[in-house]
Amino acid sequence: QQIQEDLNKQLLDNLVSFMSRTYSDFQEKTTEWTCRMKFREIPTAALVLGVNVTDHDLTFRGLSDVLQDNITPYVALLEAKDCPGIKNLMQKLMGQLMNCDIDVDSLEDEDCVQVSQNKIRCSMPSLISWYESVTKKTDSETPSKKRNSSSKHWQSPPVVVIFKDMESFSTKVLQDFIVISSQHIHELPLVLIFGIATSPMIIHRLLPHSVSSLLCIELFQSLSCKEHLSTIIDKLLLTSQFPFKLGAKVLQVLFNIFLYHDFSVQNFIKGFQLCVVEHFYSQPLSVLCCHLGDTKKRVYSLSHDQCENIRRLPSFRRYVEKQESGKQVALLTNDSFLKEETEKLLEDLHVYHENYVSILRCLHVFTSSLPKYPLGKQIRELHCACLENQVWETEEYESSLQLARMLNKTDLVTMLQQCVEILMLSSGKEFDKTVEKLKEFLTQFQNLEAEASQERDVSVSSQKELQKKTDLYHLQKTLLELKESRRSKKLTKFEMLRFDVVDYIDKLVRKYLVPADHRTLHEIVYFNAASVLRGHLNAAPRTALHTALNNPHWYLKNQALKCDGGGISNKAPDICIVYKLHLECGRLINLVDWLEAFSTVVMAAEEPNADAASLDQVDDIIHARFIRAVSELELLGFIKPSKQKTDHVARLTWGGC
Amino acid sequence: MPNLEHPAYPAADLLHLESLVPCRESQVSMLLSIFGERQQFSFPSIFIYGHTSSGKTYVMKTILTTLQLPHVFVNCVEYFTSRLLLEEILIQLQSCSGTEQTSPVHCDTLNDFVRLFKQALTGRELPDQTLYIVLDRAEQLREMEANILPAFLRLQELTDRNVTVILLSEIVWELFRPNIGCFEPFTMYFPDYSIGHLQKILSQNHPPEYSADFYSAYINILLGVFYMVCRDLKELRHLAALNFAKYCEPVVRGEANERDTRKLWKNIEPHLKKAMQTVYLREISSSQWEHLQHDGGEPGQLKGLSAHTHVELPYYSKFLLIAAYLASYNPVRTDKRFFLKHHGKIRKTNFMKKHEKTSNHLLGPKPFPLDRLLAILYSIVDNRVAPTANIFSQITSLVTLQLLSMVGQNDQLDGPRYKCTVSLDFIRAIAR
Repeated sequence: QQIQEDLNKQLLDNLVSFMSRTYSDFQEKTTEWTCRMKFREIPTAALVLGVNVTDHDLTFRGLSDVLQDNITPYVALLEAKDCPGIKNLMQKLMGQLMNCDIDVDSLEDEDCVQVSQNKIRCSMPSLISWYESVTKKTDSETPSKKRNSSSKHWQSPPVVVIFKDMESFSTKVLQDFIVISSQHIHELPLVLIFGIATSPMIIHRLLPHSVSSLLCIELFQSLSCKEHLSTIIDKLLLTSQFPFKLGAKVLQVLFNIFLYHDFSVQNFIKGFQLCVVEHFYSQPLSVLCCHLGDTKKRVYSLSHDQCENIRRLPSFRRYVEKQESGKQVALLTNDSFLKEETEKLLEDLHVYHENYVSILRCLHVFTSSLPKYPLGKQIRELHCACLENQVWETEEYESSLQLARMLNKTDLVTMLQQCVEILMLSSGKEFDKTVEKLKEFLTQFQNLEAEASQERDVSVSSQKELQKKTDLYHLQKTLLELKESRRSKKLTKFEMLRFDVVDYIDKLVRKYLVPADHRTLHEIVYFNAASVLRGHLNAAPRTALHTALNNPHWYLKNQALKCDGGGISNKAPDICIVYKLHLECGRLINLVDWLEAFSTVVMAAEEPNADAASLDQVDDIIHARFIRAVSELELLGFIKPSKQKTDHVARLTWGGC
Repeated sequence: MPNLEHPAYPAADLLHLESLVPCRESQVSMLLSIFGERQQFSFPSIFIYGHTSSGKTYVMKTILTTLQLPHVFVNCVEYFTSRLLLEEILIQLQSCSGTEQTSPVHCDTLNDFVRLFKQALTGRELPDQTLYIVLDRAEQLREMEANILPAFLRLQELTDRNVTVILLSEIVWELFRPNIGCFEPFTMYFPDYSIGHLQKILSQNHPPEYSADFYSAYINILLGVFYMVCRDLKELRHLAALNFAKYCEPVVRGEANERDTRKLWKNIEPHLKKAMQTVYLREISSSQWEHLQHDGGEPGQLKGLSAHTHVELPYYSKFLLIAAYLASYNPVRTDKRFFLKHHGKIRKTNFMKKHEKTSNHLLGPKPFPLDRLLAILYSIVDNRVAPTANIFSQITSLVTLQLLSMVGQNDQLDGPRYKCTVSLDFIRAIAR
């Protein structure tokens, strides 16, 4: 649990650092703007953020924090849902600005501000007078206490107003606000920031020219969410620092949600956190999922039950079966021996991860530049493929190797250099030899280049010879010779080397990119329950409702309710009976027929052999039950009263799907 | 040109005023004759209208300040409720009468306003002079309470004081007239500036380091380029200030002297044309434009606002949007033919499709129910789509992005209806 907590923290840290990078250039711009405002234009930043609206909240919070730290204490965040009219907008704006002022100097004037806040006039002049008073005050009292803060913010800090969701603001409010504030730009240095989710064209669509001419808009494009995701994956999944890993299927589910549904990095992280929670909750051995330093301690504190749990792991059983019989017995009976072995295995697993990541990156360098991307363009796709099964057995891998054998030299050399860099960076000790080998390849290539230049000289000279000869027959002959010699030469030198390189890479892949399922004790660190995750993340309200009404046993767990498929059991709750009956009807349902059917079903159990007279007259209680069930269905949105026929209701769904 | 003459004001002030308001002499003299002398009662209300930036506000302000007439100047957009408006008038009144009353004014209704207004006027030193209340952007008054506008029109009568209300607006009086009838103000029209006027006004504020002739030659070139598209004085002034540095460049470098207009024209003309395509439309901001001028780089490297039209959408959102577009522009009866697998008559449908598309695009999008949207979605997506909450939430998020819009906010149970608001080009870009 503790690990999980600091995981979250690290996640957020990653995000924030990521964001601050995006905004560093932005801040420089703001400082410039404040100097020049001669044309009565409001400096405006249009921030194009992409459609992942759920992420924006965090982004804006990070932005306003950064601004508050570095540029100005006066930042107001406005949301469209708070500002249906210009009046609400001004109120909100002033409230936020004055509050953040209180935060800045919450010393002596706290009470007076609070008194005045209730009946403050929400208009621009009062805002301006407030601004003047605040700036004057900070000027006068700087020497004593606010040395550092005033050195950070300069003389008259701008007031930054951030519109979080530009699209949802009503046009009139925005126009009015811009017109008003443009009239006071000299007294109140205002900077607007528009958060735009779709495209910057929306500014022109929302604001007429007379208004947009008052703005001095500069565009900032934040990184696309896909890139954002890949940085997160880089930092989270493809490092050996986090002991917790995701299995292939789980990863696939998360990526699908991201790509198909919402593009929301936030949701991706939430899903990841859910995986963490689920893993630690459901897997009793997850205590061992920790940093390498803690492993030893934790392994030795394992109880007997937990040891048994280890023995029950399928991957461990497979491992045991491979050992010789003496060791098998020791592993299965002796706890302390088991612990030692477990520790060793865990260390192995850790080393495996380190190697895995670096080799994966190398392979990615190779595959990402191949035409048509047989193994995927992004490293995440490659990662998934490698996790799922032995990657060298797939067709895509074969085809990519084929393609790699056709690479030209410069590409190959740059790739090799990149691989060397990646391997140098990684901490694994086993890579020394690999690096050497790769470097050897590089030098061989360089030698080849030297040779090639010599060769070119030769060919040039032969061409000169060729020019001398005028005889057609001789010309043909020499040309053929030349061609043949060229082909054979290339095959011997460059291509051989190329084959060597590719084979070597292939060998590396086979050695290090073994899917995690084949490693012993992978269950401890890998979370693989994709179906659980899918059930949690892909809510399907209609399906759930249908199951509940159609098959109440699913949720109520009552044996009596267990029905045999087609029939309608009378023991089910009323609403279920009514629902099932209504499934059999068309668009319009006759209430009387429905009631009769209902009463037959209900009566069938109570008095199987009732006489015809009592069947005709429906019992009052049954009638009441029916009415209640129908109104419940109406509440759930399955039916509504229709105006076409008085005693009919209309179905709203086309059969729960 | 008529010189301003008025017995009530000293000639020096009038001359100064005339120099400040070029090309508006006739309007000013008209106004002055309406105002009469300081003590004389004037027309109760004057309505001045004219196109954007025809100098209404500026002329009013200069007259009132240069002749030192007591006045209150309020912008109706800024004081968006009647209460704020009335209070602001009273506050300005207090400050211009010189009495330092710091007590906050509370004025909720017009009745209070008239009472407080009388009080404020009696306390003044110059009780007989006409007080002018100028309401800029007066069209906003129509959206306030119904009694505000008629009351302002006859404020003189209501308060029984020497006061004149001047309304400034961009629209004609006929659109103001409330249906219950009201006092008709004296209306006055400010015509647009002609090209000659614009030239004269823009040349007036030339920078001190260059001669007036040089600057007016520049303005001439500028107007030659921009007059076709823009007659807005403010905008022109803005553009003039932005591009002047570029114009001066040859002079600063010593390649041409100030008289060499032809050379200067050749230098600046393509530049101005570029400016028309970018800065004027606010494709790139003026600060970016200045940076460009400094670096002398090509504006091609700076992409304008409309260059970023591409929108990245999640996989299913794309399909949802396409489905919504189809639902909006195809009539319901063709659904069966388009989206069912075995429909048979292919040739006929193609013909029909073409024919209907044109007419439907002219008609605009039609609303469609949610169920139809989902049905089309299921038919255009290849693999099976589970109707999860994610899909439904994507629909609402498309609505917040204003790519779809909800039609008729009645009962949620009633099956919400949507409209697709994006264009065919957008859909084409997505569908690729």
